[in-house]
Amino acid sequence: MTTITQKADNPIAHLTPEDIEQIGAELDAIRQEVLDTRGERDAKYIRRVVDTQRKLELGSRAVLLFSAFPPAWLLGTAGLSVAKILENMEIGHNVMHGQWDWMRDPKIHSTTWEWDNASTAEGWKHSHNQVHHTYTNIVGKDNDLGYGIMRVDEEQRWAPMHLGQPVWAFINACFFEYGIAAYDLELGKNLRLPKEKRSEDFKRRAKDTLRKIRKQATKDYVVHPALSIPTGSFVPTLAANFVANLVRNLWSNSVIMCGHFPEGVETFERAAIPEKETRGEWYLRQMLGSANISGSKAMHLMTGNLSHQIEHHLFPDLPSNRYAEVAPKVKALFDKYGLNYHTAPLPQQVASAWHKVFRLSLPNGWLAETNMRNLPRQLGVLKKLTTGGPKVRRAYDAAQRRAARQRREAEAAAAA
Amino acid sequence: MSTIAALHGSAHRGSRLRDVLTRAVEAATTPLLPADYLDLFAPLRSGADLRGRIVAVRPETADAATIEIKPGADWAGHVPGQYLRVGVDVDGVRQWRAYSLTHGPRRDGLISITVKAVPDGVVSNHLVHRSRPGTLVHLEQATGDFVLPPLTGEPKFLFVTAGSGVTPVIGMLRNLFPVTDSGVVGLDRPLDITVVHVAPSEPESIFIDNLRELHAAGAIRLVARYDDVHGVLDVDRLDELVPDLGERTTYACGPTGLLDALAAHHEARGLELFTEQFRPATLVTGEGGTLRLEKADVELELDGTATILDAAEAAGVLMPSGCRMGICMGCVLPMREGAVRDLRNGEITRAVPGETDPGGVPVQTCISAPAGACHIDH
Repeated sequence: MTTITQKADNPIAHLTPEDIEQIGAELDAIRQEVLDTRGERDAKYIRRVVDTQRKLELGSRAVLLFSAFPPAWLLGTAGLSVAKILENMEIGHNVMHGQWDWMRDPKIHSTTWEWDNASTAEGWKHSHNQVHHTYTNIVGKDNDLGYGIMRVDEEQRWAPMHLGQPVWAFINACFFEYGIAAYDLELGKNLRLPKEKRSEDFKRRAKDTLRKIRKQATKDYVVHPALSIPTGSFVPTLAANFVANLVRNLWSNSVIMCGHFPEGVETFERAAIPEKETRGEWYLRQMLGSANISGSKAMHLMTGNLSHQIEHHLFPDLPSNRYAEVAPKVKALFDKYGLNYHTAPLPQQVASAWHKVFRLSLPNGWLAETNMRNLPRQLGVLKKLTTGGPKVRRAYDAAQRRAARQRREAEAAAAA
Repeated sequence: MSTIAALHGSAHRGSRLRDVLTRAVEAATTPLLPADYLDLFAPLRSGADLRGRIVAVRPETADAATIEIKPGADWAGHVPGQYLRVGVDVDGVRQWRAYSLTHGPRRDGLISITVKAVPDGVVSNHLVHRSRPGTLVHLEQATGDFVLPPLTGEPKFLFVTAGSGVTPVIGMLRNLFPVTDSGVVGLDRPLDITVVHVAPSEPESIFIDNLRELHAAGAIRLVARYDDVHGVLDVDRLDELVPDLGERTTYACGPTGLLDALAAHHEARGLELFTEQFRPATLVTGEGGTLRLEKADVELELDGTATILDAAEAAGVLMPSGCRMGICMGCVLPMREGAVRDLRNGEITRAVPGETDPGGVPVQTCISAPAGACHIDH
């Protein structure tokens, strides 16, 4: 994808500044409607989800005490996986957003919540709530774009190391919670600094994260397996916990990739964001920078309602159970202003996101130009780009840009 | 040191074993606590946060009801006349209010509060009209010093109650004179009690039947005054209603106006007076200003009428709170910088970095409004 301002067919070119402010006002009205009716029904909802999740986890862990018995292993592992997903997605993520702070219940409050994840609540709230939600999809500002390790945009210069991107994207997905923890700590940036230059704040947060990881790992890989020893189920329970964490990691990674990575979701150039972005402009960026997953109620629940990523990004602090309700109104607004409401079923969005990971692991335009017939020649080009110096790659990029411009001009001429 | 260690060795081992066990269970539930799971099944158990379950809601008048609550196992009991703070979820929002206990300690272990629905009262209207048996509520232990002294000799008391101010007094009276199937008991006590009971009208008079019963049994002398019949009570003519006023110790509970008038009246005559007030009397407004809650990272523009506590809660910040009327100090937070005004008397409290306590100047958030920009460490 290309940042929106570099695009030939800028999808917001038809909007006047007045339109944009009007969109902001209409979205504010939708938000206010929810705030005005927020109450007992919502409180009941989140309490029921928390209650169900905890009972499911307790039940699954109880079944896993007998996990040497294969059906018990299957049942317990499935239950624990679902419980962990609910805990992270519909409960943890949303509680830490402050979606339920209005209830003034200290047990369900963003300032007191801690979740079953390697990343600490404190670190997550900073990197996710403040950085990602504020600077959504601004290349160079929003670290969620590729988590600092991937090439997610055509305008990031391609380098040979990006060829490995699909592999480490997959590894990151399997151990997603640790990836998130590392990313919350800005580990890459901080480890590059000499030890004595790292901030006290970083050292403290790193220590907190390590302590958290130790506690989580002790629970899953020592305490619960040890409790299963009487039935000879130490190893099966350990495996069950590992699988449940793996399932949770792959699932949450998929959902999050669907939120911002599918083809067609816009990214933004840092320089093109006004110094003082208006409420309307911020809303518009959220509208274009997110993608939804269509599906059943169960799908919405299991994604923590991030299947309503667009609605979530517009109103990150509204209770998640309300996103489904406001979605038709938001969609109508997209239609009214001729904007693309990006939604598709999960498999399609996941495939689209992974397609992008593969495409951008290769030089710009390479994948699109390659077919069975020209494969040998294209591989030759790739080899030259990989083994050649930056000069070779710059020349290739320039040729790509030239070709793209010519195509655009030809299309314009044809249209005229 | 070592002798002490040896002496306490076995006790020590016991508590150490408990620590190890606790840590092991916590290791199995982290990041949650074992209590988070136990609460699912036994919210009233010993060791849990103090809660209670509503057992019954009994109407007293058209707009007042008595709520009977089964308190959690850790309920420590109360002295009649005391109040407790109750946390109720109204429209999904946790609200805390203080209510007097309207019984002495009961054999069935229940506690009861009597609530009068006040106009626009979020919690009182909910409790009176919409609360249902079975609902969990959050509690704090009973507190308050509006209680009778140990009864020695032949004490003579005057109780002055107005409106829902009757609630702590009925708690005391019911404790002194329990009403059983065979009638009022406890009449043999050497007690002389007069109750001046003020209400807007007879039908709006909470516990009037109870008071009449006690009067008929000879336990108390009841002087009921209804505004619509007798006019508003004139405190200066109290001795016409209670001729032996000078021999009595007065306990009064009601609105601020009445209590202030009684205080002046009693002080002028050198009489002893104990009072209980339910609502803060806000007399002044502050200048308003920017409130900054440092740890919560919240900044609010406030006018001078909203208290820091109310405004911060409305903004979704979890705040410590207590009586909400400037008495219990449960809401006190350190102010690092700035000025607040006490809405009861207009007094200004300032915090100046480098001059006042570096830890901050404690302010009662429930009766304070910003008087300029202020930074609260919370």
